[in-house]
Amino acid sequence: MQQALLGKNGVKMVKILLNGEEREVTATTLTALIDEIGLEGRKVAIEKNLEIVPRSTYLSTAIADGDRVEIVHFVGGG
Amino acid sequence: MDDQALKTETLPETWSVAGRTFTSRLIVGTGKYKDYAQNAAAAKASGAEIVTVAVRRVNLTDPNQPMLMDYVKQDEFTYLPNTAGCFTGEDAVRTLRLAREAGGWNLVKLEVLSDPKTLYPDMEETLRSLKLLVKDGFDVMVYCSDDPVYARKLEEAGAVAIMPLAAPIGSGLGIQNPVTLRIIIENAKVPVLVDAGVGTASEAAEAMELGCDAVLMNTAIAEAKDPIRMARAMKYAVMAGRDAYLAGRMQRKLYADPSSPLGGLI
Repeated sequence: MQQALLGKNGVKMVKILLNGEEREVTATTLTALIDEIGLEGRKVAIEKNLEIVPRSTYLSTAIADGDRVEIVHFVGGG
Repeated sequence: MDDQALKTETLPETWSVAGRTFTSRLIVGTGKYKDYAQNAAAAKASGAEIVTVAVRRVNLTDPNQPMLMDYVKQDEFTYLPNTAGCFTGEDAVRTLRLAREAGGWNLVKLEVLSDPKTLYPDMEETLRSLKLLVKDGFDVMVYCSDDPVYARKLEEAGAVAIMPLAAPIGSGLGIQNPVTLRIIIENAKVPVLVDAGVGTASEAAEAMELGCDAVLMNTAIAEAKDPIRMARAMKYAVMAGRDAYLAGRMQRKLYADPSSPLGGLI
């Protein structure tokens, strides 16, 4: 079994591909991930491994090593 | 005021798309502005009720940077999410599903482009994308070429609005082919909006005089030297063009026809 990644304080880290960038996070749910990257309260939409995740299930949606997560929002456009 | 004048003055004229009714016949984009504050001020000045928006990744390095929603507020405008940057049906469906999740909107703008130089719509892929989106429960307003045959095919495939270009996106060239636009308008049973290519107020009025239901623009306002003033100009141009269309223009004549009576000359 692969050894778990450990962060500074011995917290287990999860390595995910977030918006196309490799990133190590401590969050294990989408709710925690949103908090960790400073997007709490923002209106975003999330896709995990190419599947849309309904907002109501963020808390119960686990993230694991290798997950591909996309977090998007609305920007100006024509 | 006589009855006719009263009716003309007071009855708000509306148009509807997919069961939603609007008074303003101007839809504005939210791209290319100096900042979101200017964007919001221009949108307000335009009188638009619908704004187009794009779906993009959040900026992870600076999650506190200004967000569109903080300025162009959803309680003031209906967001019309677009598929800008999508080149395939699958990309478009993926993008709009995310938009639906972010905001709950079913009314969307489909644009599937071909090449970056002309940004001309890829109509074959646009039609295929439309079918995927309709199957997925979206109400789709479709950006398209000014081709009456494809316009009909889009309508048959369930488009809730047909949005032919006046000229390439961001070109400001004005209405290049009023004949095909007119044919599309005459044959469509769903709203027709001229989308893209309008450069200034007279061209917006011209689009409305052709009989289209509304005009969609972004660059003409955003790249004007004074975007807020241009937004206001567009608001009045669209209203004037609509009124002129409803009023019915006079016949064109080869020779003069005096406006003052010829009788009673001294």
